[in-house]
Amino acid sequence: MDEGRAPRRRVSPRLWLAGGWLLLALLAAIFAPLVAPQDPLAQDLMLERLPPFWMSGAEPGYWLGTDSLGRDLLSRLIFGGRIAFVVAFAASIAACLVGSTLGLISGYFGGWADRVISRVVDVWMAFPPVLFAILLVAVLGTGLSSVIIAIAVIDWTRFCRVIRAETMGQSRMDYVENARIAGYGRIGIMLREVLPNVVPSIVALLSLEMGIAVIVEAILSFVNLSISTDDPTWGGIIAEGRLSIHQAWWVLVFPLITLILTVLSFSQFGEALKTRFDPVLR
Amino acid sequence: MSACLDISGLSAVLPNGQRVLRSVSLSVQSGEVRALVGESGAGKTMIGKAVLGVLPSSVRIVEGDIRLEGEDLGRLQPKARRTLIGARTALIPQDPLTALNPSRRIGSQMTDRLVRILGWSGERADTRIRQLLDEVQIRDPDRVLKSYPHELSGGMRQRVLIAAAFAAEPRLIVADEPTTALDVTVQKQILRLIVQLQREHGTAILFVTHDLGVVAKISQKVSVLYAGKVVEEAETAALFAAPQHPYTRALMAATPRYTDPFASLKPVDEAVLAGLAAEIAVADQAWRRPHG
Repeated sequence: MDEGRAPRRRVSPRLWLAGGWLLLALLAAIFAPLVAPQDPLAQDLMLERLPPFWMSGAEPGYWLGTDSLGRDLLSRLIFGGRIAFVVAFAASIAACLVGSTLGLISGYFGGWADRVISRVVDVWMAFPPVLFAILLVAVLGTGLSSVIIAIAVIDWTRFCRVIRAETMGQSRMDYVENARIAGYGRIGIMLREVLPNVVPSIVALLSLEMGIAVIVEAILSFVNLSISTDDPTWGGIIAEGRLSIHQAWWVLVFPLITLILTVLSFSQFGEALKTRFDPVLR
Repeated sequence: MSACLDISGLSAVLPNGQRVLRSVSLSVQSGEVRALVGESGAGKTMIGKAVLGVLPSSVRIVEGDIRLEGEDLGRLQPKARRTLIGARTALIPQDPLTALNPSRRIGSQMTDRLVRILGWSGERADTRIRQLLDEVQIRDPDRVLKSYPHELSGGMRQRVLIAAAFAAEPRLIVADEPTTALDVTVQKQILRLIVQLQREHGTAILFVTHDLGVVAKISQKVSVLYAGKVVEEAETAALFAAPQHPYTRALMAATPRYTDPFASLKPVDEAVLAGLAAEIAVADQAWRRPHG
């Protein structure tokens, strides 16, 4: 620490793997019409329940096999990724904006603002989240925007709680008092002094929340409450795969693996990002 | 010499009605160092916070006033008070480890205040900061300005904070036990720096400490505080030559000495504490009568 700065820690394999998977999945989803080998909606009963490529009876061009209607599984997963990522980004960012803002206000100003916000959060969190989501979508009607709204409405409390606690801790630090003595206004101190210190947590939570949003979206489509039934979604494919588990296990297993990898990657990526954003841990 | 800081009859209470400051009066003349000694919990830091306008919200000032260069802080609107305090005072904090924002570079933290609060140009602020870093004997300002706080040692951070405190040429600096969190060897250098800068800049300092050794080295006047009450006030030399109050004498006797390293530590005598308790009870009674 005497001479210059501590050398930057190298990017961990964890970050590489998680980031690599997310990038791959994201690119595949963005360019789905170009990379998907087949039309995800094309049914062909002659090709039903084709096994994945390494098993006997596989057809070239259907790498992960087909489902009971003869639709290409890989293409469906790729197209399902579009919905998964749109929901993940939109819902998490919305939840993050609402939750972090309220958490920052609650933690920094304290007093009645904190009491009101904290009580609302407590009441909000008393609802079981998945049930709440199903209820909300049932009320709002199915569709992409209702799913996004439902997830944001449920999960802003997660941000609010964590950011409130972080902000309270930071607000008690001497540097905040110093800024007050120097004559900064309250809002200025909150934004310029406190906020930068809670950003690492916001980033980590945001990434974690994206993983959660992917799961919730899958659950909603699993119970057929997400998007219109035609569009492939990961949860929808899992629901279909469940029915034919004995004849075609791959229809269940591949979307599950995709889902798990994506969710894990989001949380790992968040942790790694947190350390990068934090000047003390970096 | 005029009074830079004048506190008269300041009393403050906790929500449960307990008095934490008991009619404190003290003044700091321009360019003078006034030490405020007392054991922990005596209210030394509380006085500093009251002057700087950052008392915890649970502590309420019920009586007395604080004048900063003649301006009565209690009579000013909150915004005007903050501007005045920001322009004329500064703090050298106790713990240099938490007093700098961990996620901002030293340079931007130091210049920010000059630019945004006092309206200096960025260039002028930068020149000023470098000049001050030189005065606190930081030899490689470029590296320090680009660093984050955790990349510097405690002593370096305290130097940075001292430089920051003097940068805006405040009339008064509150130094709240600025050496307590530091290594003994570093303490001495930091004290010397504070004294040196204080002389060069002619700044008045309210120096809060529990260390009588530091008091003797640095201050011209001393106020001895016990349970939020000033029990003795004197010129430093006079106080050490002939302490008047038994508590002051006990404090001096309690200071360990290098000349007699094997002597056991002397706690403050029971009789002295009983006398203090009685003194405070009388003062509180006298105070309560008109205040219900």
